[in-house]
Amino acid sequence: MSVAGDETTVADGAAPVIEGAKGPVVAETPFRRFLSEFLESPVAAIALAALVMIVVLALAAPWIAPQNPYDLGAVDVMDNRLPPGATSMSTGMVYWLGTDGAGRDLLSAMLYGLRISLAVGVASGVIAMAIGAMVGLVAAYVGGRVEQIIMRIVDLQLSFPAILIALMLVAVLGKGVDKIIIALITVQWAYYARTVRSSALVERRKEYVEAARCLGLGHSRILFCHVLPNCLPPLIVVATVQVAHAVALEATLSFLGVGLPQTEPSLGLLISNGFEYALSGKYWISTFPGIALLLTIMTINLVGDQLRDVMNPRLKR
Amino acid sequence: MTAFIIRRLMQSVVVVLVMSGIVFFGVFLVGDPIHMLVNPQMDQEDIDKAIRALGLDRPVWEQYFHFLANAVRGDLGTSFLFGEPALKIILQRMPATLELAFAALFMAIVLGIPLGLYAGLKPDSFFSKAIMTGSIVGFSLPTFWVGIMLIMIFAVVLGWLPSTGRGETATVLGITSSLFTQNGLAHILLPALNLALLKISLVIRLTRAGAREAIHQDYIKFARAKGLSSRRVIGVHLLKNIMIPVVTVLGLEFGNLVAFSVVTETIFAWPGMGKLLIQSIQNLDRPVIVAYLVIIVLLFVVINLVVDILYSLLDPRVRLGEKG
Repeated sequence: MSVAGDETTVADGAAPVIEGAKGPVVAETPFRRFLSEFLESPVAAIALAALVMIVVLALAAPWIAPQNPYDLGAVDVMDNRLPPGATSMSTGMVYWLGTDGAGRDLLSAMLYGLRISLAVGVASGVIAMAIGAMVGLVAAYVGGRVEQIIMRIVDLQLSFPAILIALMLVAVLGKGVDKIIIALITVQWAYYARTVRSSALVERRKEYVEAARCLGLGHSRILFCHVLPNCLPPLIVVATVQVAHAVALEATLSFLGVGLPQTEPSLGLLISNGFEYALSGKYWISTFPGIALLLTIMTINLVGDQLRDVMNPRLKR
Repeated sequence: MTAFIIRRLMQSVVVVLVMSGIVFFGVFLVGDPIHMLVNPQMDQEDIDKAIRALGLDRPVWEQYFHFLANAVRGDLGTSFLFGEPALKIILQRMPATLELAFAALFMAIVLGIPLGLYAGLKPDSFFSKAIMTGSIVGFSLPTFWVGIMLIMIFAVVLGWLPSTGRGETATVLGITSSLFTQNGLAHILLPALNLALLKISLVIRLTRAGAREAIHQDYIKFARAKGLSSRRVIGVHLLKNIMIPVVTVLGLEFGNLVAFSVVTETIFAWPGMGKLLIQSIQNLDRPVIVAYLVIIVLLFVVINLVVDILYSLLDPRVRLGEKG
């Protein structure tokens, strides 16, 4: 939350990430050093492994899901609200996590839902990062009146909770995947802009920028080829946290019935659909998608936490 | 000090103006505003009449000033759904929301500070580590899902507490609240806990960080050296100093609680402003949406103003114009 603002001094020590693994030395490349530092914490290592698995599961959903939940031919409505472990009356298929109100296999619906949740979260995060980084860079580089106006807008937006701004936007824009992504981008860009600006302010006073200017390089080249790469470490940390926020926010909006449409059931919508059955004791329809959502958000947060520690030179022992 | 408050007030007026402009142009200009302002059963002639009566044939900026002039007089439009002034409907539901937010704030303080203090004073104990892990989980848990789980565990399976609605209310000293009846308290417990969970985690982290920092300060060592009891050192000297950041953050978070009550109220069918907002969005009851947003912006501006003033009173080093 408020911690994100003070990554201003993250610069030189974390440069290895951008350099990547290059050079013939096998024993200690910057990337390897980075990886081994990251894996020092067992919790972070487990979280990273779990996150990779979640992403793989989401990507592979169409091939590994026992059933295509959108294929009306494959779904038997007679099998609705079966408890976990029940077998289908028509096909003999085993529903490991039970079925939802429409007779869909919950495990399959969750895998597809995870795919949608992650896609929306990552897409909005990446676009917001591009916009926010650009605005933040320009603000720090140009300075003066432009910077003041941009930062006023950022401050104004950040003084209101994200969910309120998102609700405001969906109230105006309406439902739909594209609209939710627009709302999530609008909510998030300011965080990136603030982060990039604060690190770019430090970077632009450094000698390499002056050197680049003396060489007669253009402004855009200095900004994007020289300043931006050095602002990446804090940006990456904010991006991981923001993707987790985006996933949670989308789920919340979908749960409130103002998010994704029923045709694109994300995890939030699955939980929402199960809510009406929760009161009659059919716990599984809301519980399992919720656990999947929790694991996704938590692993992203834990990975982000560790990234923050590894990339912050002030914490180096 | 007075100059500071006046300057802050002027800034707040600018913020309210800017936000009202955004809300106005957002809601009134996306799509045809006449569809949200007239009854769908009207024929074309009536609609034309309504357009003129509402001033929608005039330029945009004139409409905006008209809207502002009405807003200043407390007229934010009439709800389609209820046929009553939007402002009145929202103000009717405001006490329920504020009551929920205050209950959540109270829980965050009562549970968060002792747990955070313990974790800060004994950072290596097993219980402290459990508290900190719990607070990470608390940060990651989606509020709405926790709400469903709370209902399922405490209302459906165990049957200890009611699952939805606001209980009986009673009036004490002119304030009508469900906090004064046993039935009301039973109803508010789950929603307030649901809303408070995130804030409890936050308070734990803040208190712990503050305690760990303060414990090495000279005044604590001095108080110990003076022979004060451990209880007095922690309860008075330490707690007083870590309260400043906690109070400030909690003040700012109060607005957040009101905003997040949208989620909690929907789950627990709590008759507050948040549930009204969701209803209005789903029914396209736009006057209510606009009125809600205007009121919430005002609320935020007031909270920010009060916290800023309090903060500069508590800590004289903070003055206007220091924001980077």
